[in-house]
Amino acid sequence: MLSKRIIPCLDVRDGRLTKGIKFKNNIDIGDPVEVAEKYYEEGADELVFYDITASYEKRDIMIDTVRRVAQRIFIPFSVGGGIRTVDDMRRVLLAGAEKVSVNSAAVRDPEIVSQGAEKFGSQCIVLGMDVKKVGKKEGIPSGYEIVIDGGRTYTGIDALEWARKATELGAGEICLNSIDADGTQQGYEIELTRLISTNVEVPVIASGGAGRPEHLLEVLTEGKADAALIASMVHYGMYTIYELKRFLSENGIKVRAKW
Amino acid sequence: MEGIAIVDYGAGNLTSVQRALKRLNIRSEITKDPSSIIKADRIIFPGVGAAGRAMQTLRISGIDDALRMAFKKGIPILGICLGIQIIMERSDEDGVECLGIIPGEVKRFPEDLRDKDGERLKVPHMGWNRVSLKRSHPLFEGISPDHEFYFVHSYYPCPREKEHIIGETEYGIIFCSVVAKDNFAALQFHPEKSGRPGLKILENFSCWDGQSYA
Repeated sequence: MLSKRIIPCLDVRDGRLTKGIKFKNNIDIGDPVEVAEKYYEEGADELVFYDITASYEKRDIMIDTVRRVAQRIFIPFSVGGGIRTVDDMRRVLLAGAEKVSVNSAAVRDPEIVSQGAEKFGSQCIVLGMDVKKVGKKEGIPSGYEIVIDGGRTYTGIDALEWARKATELGAGEICLNSIDADGTQQGYEIELTRLISTNVEVPVIASGGAGRPEHLLEVLTEGKADAALIASMVHYGMYTIYELKRFLSENGIKVRAKW
Repeated sequence: MEGIAIVDYGAGNLTSVQRALKRLNIRSEITKDPSSIIKADRIIFPGVGAAGRAMQTLRISGIDDALRMAFKKGIPILGICLGIQIIMERSDEDGVECLGIIPGEVKRFPEDLRDKDGERLKVPHMGWNRVSLKRSHPLFEGISPDHEFYFVHSYYPCPREKEHIIGETEYGIIFCSVVAKDNFAALQFHPEKSGRPGLKILENFSCWDGQSYA
């Protein structure tokens, strides 16, 4: 039986982690490669990197980071942020990422999803979705709307319709981020996660809102998510991945417990 | 050539396999040249993508014959992912004739796949899962039944002879995830993406003499 995946997410700017990450042993590190390796050792099932580098010229720094991560960790990891063309995808994949994730660029130009899937295979293409609850209204039958540009631009696109369309175009996985839950540490958006996960054929990674182990349990059961993205709860040393997995396992969730 | 030849037939990104070998201090070279493939000490036959296109490339390049010759010569060969599928006789994917090194065929996961509790299972089978060994094999030396491996696939091999089924995995159905015949062994999962147990399998392969059973 397939294990539910626990996936730490790391935000990187100019080759450094954006927030200082404090572990229980109190080291404060800004090097994404070292942190990636630590999570790999702790039992992360996969890693997600978001490149939030603002200037295009500095993008090569991220490629170098990806290359160094790939030499040290031997689990899948994805890279998102600033991927706009098939050539951007190629560079990231050749540097050693298993998957690339596209978000705003896919909304502006859905062809990038089909072209990427055609070139590299659907398993490489993750659709990142930032979603806001707006209530059911004309054009938004699910009540959830796609927002792009880091939460700044409302698109008028229904989240469920977009999820279906993008998977038809060839997205092999969805990373579903609730803007309402993001940063609250009050739990994932369960209703949204279940809506998307039960209506698409590809795995869904739930994102946004994780603060306690119970939140992971909830989204992996009631939310029907295939994987849970976590950030601050491990970055700030409140929990280790090992502790989260032990909690889930004790509550009947199959997770990868030996590595 | 010395070391491991990683066969390049245009099916996916091979650098991750090479990086994992490098971490283990094992020499390897990515090659599409049939003559260097049959001269290699060992061969890794990886691949992701569709069976039809892969088989077409293998035939045009002459790598198909090189692999069959290497197999007859007794060179240890490791197939990965698509590499466990196109060594069978034929695949449901694109309805294509395959290499026929192992008797049997390749099937797709059934529609409406469900787990024991009746929950719908998604295809592709993507993520971490276990392998239950049906027979011991040198590649799995030091691997525990609790170890998990990273899978991404919608098709799986069905060897006709039971003796070729080394390991099985459960995902709604029980399917064959490790195949071996003489000096050929193949894995449905990605050892290069499966953490330490995956690296251990690659390391075991690098010292395997090609004899099937421990």
